[in-house]
Amino acid sequence: MSDLAHDAAVDLGHPEQESTGVENRKLGMWVFLSSEFLFFGALISTYLLYSNRAGFQGTYPAEVYDIPFTSVSSFVLLMSSLTMVLAHNALSGNDQNGARTWLFATAALGAIFLAGQVFEFTEFIVEAGMTLSSNPAASAFYVLTGFHGAHVAIGVIMLLSLWGMSRRKEGLSERQGMNLELVGLYWHFVDIIWIIIFTVVYLLSIRPA
Amino acid sequence: MTATAERPQTTIFRRPSSTTGFWSWITTVDHKKIGIMYGYAAFVFFILGGVEALLLRIQLAQANAEFLTAGAYNALFTMHGTTMIFLFVMPVGAAFMNYLLPLLIGARDVAFPRLNALSWWIFLFGGIFLYSTFIFGTSAPPVGIDGVGGNLPAGGGPGTFNFLADSPNGGWFGYQPNAGPFYSAGTAMDYWALGLQILGLASLISSINFIVTILNMRAKGMRLLRMPVFVWMSTVVAFLLLFSLPIIAVALFMVMFDRQFGSLFFQPVGGGDPVLWQHLFWLFGHPEVYVLILPAMGIVSEVLPVFSRKPLFGYSAIVFAGAAIGFLGFGVWAHHMLASGITPVAQAAFGLATMTIAIPTGIKIFNWIGTMWMGRIQLKTPMLFAIGFIAMFTIGGLSGVIHSIVPSDWQQTDTYFIVAHLHYVLFGGSIFGIFAGMYYWFPKLTGRVMNDKLGKLHFWLMLIGFNLTFAPMHWLGLQGMIRRTWKYAPESGLEPWNVAVTIGAFIIALSIAVFMFNWYNSRRRGEASGLDPWDARTIEWMSPNPTPEYNFAVPPVVIRLDHFWHLKYDQDEDGRAVPKADKDEILAQIEDEQLNPVVPIQLPNPTYFPIVMALGIPIVFYGIIYHTTLWGKALIVIGVIISLAALIGWGMEPLEEPHEESESDAEIATVGGEEAGIAEGAGEDADV
Repeated sequence: MSDLAHDAAVDLGHPEQESTGVENRKLGMWVFLSSEFLFFGALISTYLLYSNRAGFQGTYPAEVYDIPFTSVSSFVLLMSSLTMVLAHNALSGNDQNGARTWLFATAALGAIFLAGQVFEFTEFIVEAGMTLSSNPAASAFYVLTGFHGAHVAIGVIMLLSLWGMSRRKEGLSERQGMNLELVGLYWHFVDIIWIIIFTVVYLLSIRPA
Repeated sequence: MTATAERPQTTIFRRPSSTTGFWSWITTVDHKKIGIMYGYAAFVFFILGGVEALLLRIQLAQANAEFLTAGAYNALFTMHGTTMIFLFVMPVGAAFMNYLLPLLIGARDVAFPRLNALSWWIFLFGGIFLYSTFIFGTSAPPVGIDGVGGNLPAGGGPGTFNFLADSPNGGWFGYQPNAGPFYSAGTAMDYWALGLQILGLASLISSINFIVTILNMRAKGMRLLRMPVFVWMSTVVAFLLLFSLPIIAVALFMVMFDRQFGSLFFQPVGGGDPVLWQHLFWLFGHPEVYVLILPAMGIVSEVLPVFSRKPLFGYSAIVFAGAAIGFLGFGVWAHHMLASGITPVAQAAFGLATMTIAIPTGIKIFNWIGTMWMGRIQLKTPMLFAIGFIAMFTIGGLSGVIHSIVPSDWQQTDTYFIVAHLHYVLFGGSIFGIFAGMYYWFPKLTGRVMNDKLGKLHFWLMLIGFNLTFAPMHWLGLQGMIRRTWKYAPESGLEPWNVAVTIGAFIIALSIAVFMFNWYNSRRRGEASGLDPWDARTIEWMSPNPTPEYNFAVPPVVIRLDHFWHLKYDQDEDGRAVPKADKDEILAQIEDEQLNPVVPIQLPNPTYFPIVMALGIPIVFYGIIYHTTLWGKALIVIGVIISLAALIGWGMEPLEEPHEESESDAEIATVGGEEAGIAEGAGEDADV
């Protein structure tokens, strides 16, 4: 839309000026994320409904959690939010090298978190024998954390494509800074959701008597 | 695209450039073309849903009829409800919003034109996916649980008409565990669940698009409380969709996992709770009801003042009432489940919450009546439909309030009384409002006015047919006729009214035929409309008819509510509207100004990528249904590759090609580079 910035037609109301002052794509991302909260809200509610309901066959998720392990991977994901902010900060200071480094660090931390989740799922299925079909609590656990993992994976892909762009000679343009900001918003959202999941699902889950 | 000549090439493939003909529709990002396609597709589904209803009515016209088998009957009422809600009323609302929102707020397009095209194609492919169940879907007797079900064979019962029986048959709300893997074996309910998932994705994308458009793209001076009521109601609808679609998405994913991957969310056999499905479904389903009615309320709020020759009575009250309906809509879902065994406290709470809905709705109805009061009413076709809307919707609203009284609801749940109620609000409400809008804004599409005599014939036939169809259902319900009954005994005494209902249904069909003829005929031979056929109030009529591609050559600067009206009229000392002496010149000047842009107007260029990206999605979903087979897995991979390739192409392609007329070659080059960069971000937008 900016190619006509000097053109008279633009001044006659071409959607150049946003009524709210927030750039369209940024506003769109915020709106999208508000919808995502309801998505995870429904999944977490379902988990809470089933997690300590007595009388199911099979293993309950609360029996198999490895809290120290998950604490570490949660810390890794939390730190990725820090590196995301550093990447954004570097780019706003036009430090292309810094932005490139921190973008890669964020993607790498996200990938480590995902690897941790794969390990955790494998442990639960193979060692503890808790599968998607064990009982509704297990179904809810796998689908909830699985969807979160899918969100992280999409985030990692977006981060890596930004990183790829930042490796070109000209680096990231000012407009691509907006992309970085959008990916950042998304990434922080995924992090916040994990904080809720880790607290509510892992730490506060009680095995039914 | 004022310039269609050779452009600098910025992508690997040649960019589509046709502005007319088949490819211009496939590749368009113009909100008006997308709106028209939404409208026509929705109407095709309306006809399909209507034919399904007529088949149901033929079966019920006679006691103990043997026209449909039980299986075919189940499939037809399921697909009738699903079609009318998800494939007609919702997309026709999207059609109005697409076509009108930018015009009503004085913009040249929506905020994300390509995402707009994407959501339209996803909707279309989702609808086709859902309907492909008639070809590919299967149903089978209950499996896996000994001694349960199996009273009827799949398709079951005598009847001459059975070929549709292998189709989704769990009702439009797909109650679990009936629609789960054990009681609805076969793939038909998978098509239903995954089809709704695709349609929900389309609605989610467009609701984000509309919210950003309304918040960010308003013309100068178009403050929030100067926006036409239709825009306000669209805002509420978009937020309702935004917050309710993720919930149904989760619920449908759970069904998918239950049916395909062995999870136990809703399966009592493994400890799952079927009432959870009801909660999740109606947490979406009740806001959805307002998604269906609010656009019609917006349309009526535009039509009534124009034909009453008065401003809308209580503009801000109507706006706030609409927002209140939106908020309350999230707090009443369990009134759909008062008979499901929820606790008495919950029943009382949801009953009371439901009663409060009557307050904002009542405010609206009184304001509409207040708008007509003392007005110089012109009974043109759109006005007739708007008045019909108020009357019929009020009847439906009143029978709705009855349901908030819990013991009364227990009597009426799952009887024809409910069927009568929901059709009075959805047909008498939404569909009357939609037709009001079709007649009212037809000139914007075509530059012609629809024939008023035929329009009135359509209205009266539809009003009579509608009441003959749905009023007797109240009595049938109170006599105890159960909803979704396939057959009834002759001695039940239900036959006379059922005959009347069936006759009414065919009168409705006749009225729709009149409408279709009128539409077809008026497109070619209708009277030319000029700029302002109705002496209207809102700024979409400041753009010429039919609407030019750029909407407004000069976007209006809005000074007050009903801006266009105040350009044409002054007030005398009694506060009455008096046409300005030079009204005709003013109109001629506006038309001339809007038809002749001073400078070339750059619009987003057409693109192939939205349709390609949308195409990948149903392919993935077909793959999920057949994921245990090799070619099912192959379909998933193929679909993902198609969508990803389109995503990459989308990211590489700028929204607008550089504009060669106004800039030198050197500038084009730099601008082109920058634009490509912007568009890469757009690609990332799309994959979240």
